Amino acid sequence: MHVSLAIWAMQAFTGLSNFSVLLLLALGLAIIFGQMGVINMAHGEFLTVGAYTTYVLSQVSERWAPWLEKTYFLVAVVVAFFLAGGLGLLVEHVLVRRLYRRPLDTLLATWGLSLVMQQAFRSTFGAREVSATLPDWLMGSLKPTPSIDIPINGLVVLGLAIALTGGVAFILLRTRFGVDVRATVQNRAMASAAGINTGRVDRLTFGLGCGLAGIAGAAFTTIGSTGPTSGSSYIVDAFLVVVFGGAQSLIGTIGSAFSIAQLQATTEFFMTGSMAKVLTLSTVILILMMRPQGLFALKVRR
Amino acid sequence: MTEGIRTESILEIEGVSVSFDGFKALDDLSLSIERDEIRAVIGPNGAGKTTLLDIITGRTPPTSGRVRFKEIELTGLREYQIVRKGIGRKFQTPSVHESLTVFENLEMSYPDARTWWSAWRFGRTREVIETVENIAETIYLKDRLHDRAEALGHGQKQWLEIGALLIQRPSLLLLDEPVAGMSVRDREKTAELLNALGKGRAVVVVEHDMEFVKQIAHQVSVLHQGRLLAEGPMESIQKDPRVIEVYLGH
Amino acid sequence: MTASVTPAPKPAARPPMLARFTTQLTVDRRARQNVYFVILALVLLVVFPLFFDIFRLNLVGKYLTYGFVALGLVMCWGQAGILSLGQGVFFGLGGYCMAMFLKLEASDVKSTSIQSTPGIPDFMDWNQLTSLPTFWIPFKSLFCTLVAIPLVPGLLALVLGLAMFKRRVGGVYFAIITQAVAAILSILIIGQQGYTGGVNGITDLKTLEGWDIRTDTAKYVLYFVNVGLLLGAAAVAFSIDRSKLGRILVAIRDREERVLFTGYDVASMKTFAFVLASVYAAIGGAMFTLQVGFMSPSFVGIVPSIEMVIAAAVGGRTSLFGAIYGTLLVNFAKTYFSESFPELWLFVIGSLFMGVVLVLPNGLAGVDLRKAVLTMIVRFSRRGTSRRRNAPPAPVVVGPVPEAPDGHGSKGAEALHS
Repeated sequence: MHVSLAIWAMQAFTGLSNFSVLLLLALGLAIIFGQMGVINMAHGEFLTVGAYTTYVLSQVSERWAPWLEKTYFLVAVVVAFFLAGGLGLLVEHVLVRRLYRRPLDTLLATWGLSLVMQQAFRSTFGAREVSATLPDWLMGSLKPTPSIDIPINGLVVLGLAIALTGGVAFILLRTRFGVDVRATVQNRAMASAAGINTGRVDRLTFGLGCGLAGIAGAAFTTIGSTGPTSGSSYIVDAFLVVVFGGAQSLIGTIGSAFSIAQLQATTEFFMTGSMAKVLTLSTVILILMMRPQGLFALKVRR
Repeated sequence: MTEGIRTESILEIEGVSVSFDGFKALDDLSLSIERDEIRAVIGPNGAGKTTLLDIITGRTPPTSGRVRFKEIELTGLREYQIVRKGIGRKFQTPSVHESLTVFENLEMSYPDARTWWSAWRFGRTREVIETVENIAETIYLKDRLHDRAEALGHGQKQWLEIGALLIQRPSLLLLDEPVAGMSVRDREKTAELLNALGKGRAVVVVEHDMEFVKQIAHQVSVLHQGRLLAEGPMESIQKDPRVIEVYLGH
Repeated sequence: MTASVTPAPKPAARPPMLARFTTQLTVDRRARQNVYFVILALVLLVVFPLFFDIFRLNLVGKYLTYGFVALGLVMCWGQAGILSLGQGVFFGLGGYCMAMFLKLEASDVKSTSIQSTPGIPDFMDWNQLTSLPTFWIPFKSLFCTLVAIPLVPGLLALVLGLAMFKRRVGGVYFAIITQAVAAILSILIIGQQGYTGGVNGITDLKTLEGWDIRTDTAKYVLYFVNVGLLLGAAAVAFSIDRSKLGRILVAIRDREERVLFTGYDVASMKTFAFVLASVYAAIGGAMFTLQVGFMSPSFVGIVPSIEMVIAAAVGGRTSLFGAIYGTLLVNFAKTYFSESFPELWLFVIGSLFMGVVLVLPNGLAGVDLRKAVLTMIVRFSRRGTSRRRNAPPAPVVVGPVPEAPDGHGSKGAEALHS
């Protein structure tokens, strides 16, 4: 009894780590989708940008700035945000804005972008996976009871996800920018007539979404190694999270990410990894077939 | 405008309410339209006029209340089923198939060959061609039959859309701002068209142009904040103090 | 009081000619299509077999199986506006059906006598299976297999289509879900290697009802069968395109709601287009297995599905011919790059994606050369003329003010009292 509770707790916690990365990724995607109705197929690659940034900084701190070793990770998170975000601004300007009102074409164009980015990673860093050296304070685990082992990096990643979700909620609900975003999402024409520069809101939102993906990438390095296709392994799940959660509300995205991550982790307990994935994805699709607006969406006027 | 002959009502809207997350677009609305009647529905923006059309055509389900058309319950049916029962709707902005010709637009609305296999095998019989040509004549587009719809003027596109509805021989026509953006001359022609159409069917027109409403409507219903404010012939509506307040008080 | 109006400049004489050309192009569309069809048939049936050796011809045959997918995509995406990122699912299902039949034939008791359980495919033996799984049994019969090839994918597409379209799920949502289905199927196939051959797929296929499919003669025959089926599929697609059904599908793409309010059951029309595309893809998959000799999950998942879309997009998503030529082009390019500059291939196809979508949304076939050249001539000549003349001021009209369109709300108040 005691042992199985421990195992259950640890399994739940594994789900939480994946949930954190998935949430960060899905948040960025949901913001972009809710705002502009576009699905950025290259979103996973922005995660990889963040992951590689962390790796590079880890190498830099190892070789040239050992005094950074303790703090480089936090620096990496910030740099990843701005690098990925900046890249996102560029992509929005050059690519996405020209495909305004053509969401299917944006899907295809951003897929092309993802291929180019993947190859760029491969050419720069090689095809093999690399790992960032984690600072000491991220390693090890907490042991609240002798049989429950909670890895610290999982906690940190979870904390990061919570903090960022809170940050995004704050931006959306309390800042002027957030008001602009919500106005544009609800009624673009009216927002524009009210003087909101919807083009600028689009660009910044896209950048913000990509920046979040970058942070997800930094978080990702604590739980796995980084390769050119690291981002694409999460991306299908992230899409489903967005579709499942309705993309209209923050709570919806959180709830959706949590359900999907936990479903995956729980089923993994009973069967092989691949069958668990199949079951999770199939369940999500079945639910979507019955309730296409997603599980958590509110009724919206057509 | 003569008073419409009081035949049995063709459309009954009973106690319909529609709310979106707490906002009441329609509030316990009841209306009844007679056959051979042309009813204008007016009201300030946001009064619920388009929502009214939405619930009749099945685009939005009512939160409560019923819609009955010729004794058939419409609430709960799908849009295309309601169309096939004999209700045609024209949208606010002209909605014609730009890349198809006038002929093809009308042909597409020809009330036959509605399934994929019959549409595949559909051939242009003598009857189809004649029907299309007749309708085209009614809507002043006979000489533009083989022009692409995108080449038509704004007013002509509106007429084409009305023609596409007519070819289905509907018993009830719902027109949402049919003369918006039209020149004066085109408005007159549209009024002639609608008056000619009114015979044998019921027409509901949502409009803002009061001159136009005066020319065509037998009765006027005024909507305000989702409720029926006043109803009656145009002369009495114009003198009704409640209506005046609603239009000027904003 | 006369109105004094400065006469507006006469428009250039060129545009009417342009309009005449355009009308002519439209009117002769059927004739042009017929001519292109004959050209395609000649190219595939005569030119290629004459110029290519059997090895390259077999490659072309392989590319042409993707052509089936492209044709289907033109029908459901180009015409009806339904983007499916999971066509690999149907391609794979058709291909696996054929592969299962061929594998069973190649796994007769005599050839597999060295296995611990003879009479079942080798990979099942390696995975310690001792009997044929139930779902493999129907594929012992060629008839069942031939029925299953269009039926199984078609049923899947029917279920997916109806479930999604009846609930007005379309566009981006639908595309993502098809992508997820592709992921599911490929993970399933790879994970259940005992039942499906896993990541290596089903290989070592030898004969079709005793006829060896690996000989050169067989490859020639299969090539021509493939081309025949493809031309047949194209003819069916044309028949739809020219009928009222084709116009309805295009109308659904451009103005779905209007079609719905004209009384059409849009959901079942869209489902029809999607099922058709799936059946086409399935036939392509089956022909692929026959010509190439194996089927694996690398043709089922997300990446191959999207490659099939880009091939159609490059050639022209609204053009049946464009899609076929585009598929040939993209696949030739892929083979070339994979052989010579493998690192460059992803750059090329990624850029192709972005470029085609941005610059050539209707693909190469959408580039109307005559119109493009004429438009350029018109622009240059106009620019020359206006430089010589000063642009006149806007005409000044003195007289009754033209009627402005009616405003809303406030104007209505005044009108109420007129």
